[in-house]
Amino acid sequence: MLTRTTTVGTGNPADVAAPSGTGRRATHRLSAPGTDDSVAVAIRDLNAYYGSFHAVGDVAFDVPKNEITALIGPSGCGKSTVLRCINRMNDLVPGARIEGTIQYRGQNLNARKVDAVEVRRRIGMVFQKPNPFPKSIYENVVWGAKINGIKGNYDELVERCLRQAALWDEVKDKLKESGLALSGGQQQRLCIARAIATNPDVILMDEPASALDPISTLKIEELMRELERQYTIVIVTHNMQQAARVSDQTVFFSLGEKRMGVLVEASPTRELFTNPRDQRTEDYITGRFG
Amino acid sequence: MSVEATIGGTSVVAAEPASNLRGREVRARIMSVVLFLGTIVALVALGVLLWTVIARGWDWIRPGLFTDPPSRRPENSGVGPAILGTFYVILLTAAFAFPVGILGAIYLEEYAPQNWWTRLLRINISNLAGVPSIVYGLLGLGIFVEFFGFGRSLIAGGLALGLLILPIVIIASQEALRAVPPSLREAGYGLGATKWQVTRSHVLPAAMPGILTGTILALSTGIGETAPLLVTGAASFLTSNPDSIFDRYSVLPVLIYGWSSRPQAEFQELAAAAIMIMLAVLLVLNLTAIVLRRRVSRRLRW
Ligand SMILES: Nc1ncnc2c1ncn2[C@@H]1O[C@H](COP(=O)(O)OP(=O)(O)OP(=O)(O)O)[C@@H](O)[C@H]1O
Ligand SMILES: [Mg+2]
Repeated sequence: MLTRTTTVGTGNPADVAAPSGTGRRATHRLSAPGTDDSVAVAIRDLNAYYGSFHAVGDVAFDVPKNEITALIGPSGCGKSTVLRCINRMNDLVPGARIEGTIQYRGQNLNARKVDAVEVRRRIGMVFQKPNPFPKSIYENVVWGAKINGIKGNYDELVERCLRQAALWDEVKDKLKESGLALSGGQQQRLCIARAIATNPDVILMDEPASALDPISTLKIEELMRELERQYTIVIVTHNMQQAARVSDQTVFFSLGEKRMGVLVEASPTRELFTNPRDQRTEDYITGRFG
Repeated sequence: MSVEATIGGTSVVAAEPASNLRGREVRARIMSVVLFLGTIVALVALGVLLWTVIARGWDWIRPGLFTDPPSRRPENSGVGPAILGTFYVILLTAAFAFPVGILGAIYLEEYAPQNWWTRLLRINISNLAGVPSIVYGLLGLGIFVEFFGFGRSLIAGGLALGLLILPIVIIASQEALRAVPPSLREAGYGLGATKWQVTRSHVLPAAMPGILTGTILALSTGIGETAPLLVTGAASFLTSNPDSIFDRYSVLPVLIYGWSSRPQAEFQELAAAAIMIMLAVLLVLNLTAIVLRRRVSRRLRW
């Protein structure tokens, strides 16, 4: 699995960025999107704008199925932006504009005819700040399933999802209590359970442990390792040890000219941390950055 | 104080912030005295007002006052039809302004694109909240009484009052919707919910306590208005209860206005008694707001 991930954007833009006109053929070195079964999401030529600000330029990488992909890089380099492109959360930002293709199950998610709501049902999200609904723990878990038309025994669903999120034992006696009455770490695991309950393919996590203490962080990391058997996970993190500990692939972003975020290197995690291909990656992971 | 002493004692440098601290404390104390005086002035004014009303009207309070129709003889006069009319008008006004106002606010806050057109709309709604109430009365006269042919009736009055408070309801609801944290919306969208699902299940319930408070406060100021109701058919002297929403009606403020403009001292005192009843109605309305707010927010598990 690990060997399949390719390096992109390593100082040679021709590798990835298809010059307009030549179409998708120039991206072949990154494997043609949609042809590889082990790829969950293939991102090509992704450009994101907020108004006139070009936030992310020509990003391309593959998200392998049933693996954990970590996005790292300095603050403001567009990690969250890229992540939010994948499930069209950026649609909700006034003035945001996305170009490029995000190939998922043979479809370009970024196409206008694709329904963003449908995308988010397949590609769930966990946010940086735990944000349970002001409802009971039980309702927190089942709401997403309900609106997604998932029928069946909700009691079982709640138990299964909370078990998967390693929260069941702590809350099984107080399912009727508010989700906001939990600790921060428990709230975040509740949010993960809530995301699992809608039965997504891919789960995006934007710094899911940055507001948590080390023990809760460790729990979340173990949880991700557990979840990767069933789900494909993309995580943004500022914590390089965390990226090194949990992820299979790491994508490093950096700031280019005019504060535009660019992808520097996407490699198997061990490779990126032990033998980075790009000087900028090396500077960053050894702490020589900025 | 003890902190000051130790800081002041240890070094000269630290003595400066200490004296600064004392200055701030003095200013804080002055401020609290000023604010207290302001509160006292307001309370005293209110107390005097209440006392005069009660002193003049107390003797006229009798069980029949609440049920009897007004009469030419003050000792037989009551506010029965006016209480009922007030009650009906409140219901009709709320039934119109509450749903329309909330839907309008939801559209403006959640759905409308942020452009100059919606900004213009917003500014205009704020301006509408400042338009004199008689203008709404004339509008109601033109639209409901004449154009729709409701005549001088309960429904015309209720709708005119509804128009009057609609801008306030919209503005209050918008504020309440805006106060809902964006993270709550993101949580919903992240699960694949549509805008309407997010709005209905999360945003609206979270905003509802604020919306209810704003709406009921708007109602209780609205119900005190006489002008729009006078124009749309509230009678100051009506001896029968309204049978349907297309009947003529009477309301407390108009009755009070009618009685207090009579020359006889007895009717002046009756007016004071009616004012007491009016205040009680407002009190009940505001208590309802508090109770509703409590019940709605208890359903949220913050
Ligand atoms: N809603 C927005 N409107 C305008 N500009 C935005 C918006 N969100 C992000 N940006 C800009 O886009 C750039 C990338 O932001 P993004 O949040 O993706 O960075 P990030 O890598 O996630 O940073 P951090 O590590 O601090 O979370 C930044 O320059 C930021 O200022
Ligand atoms: Mg971010």
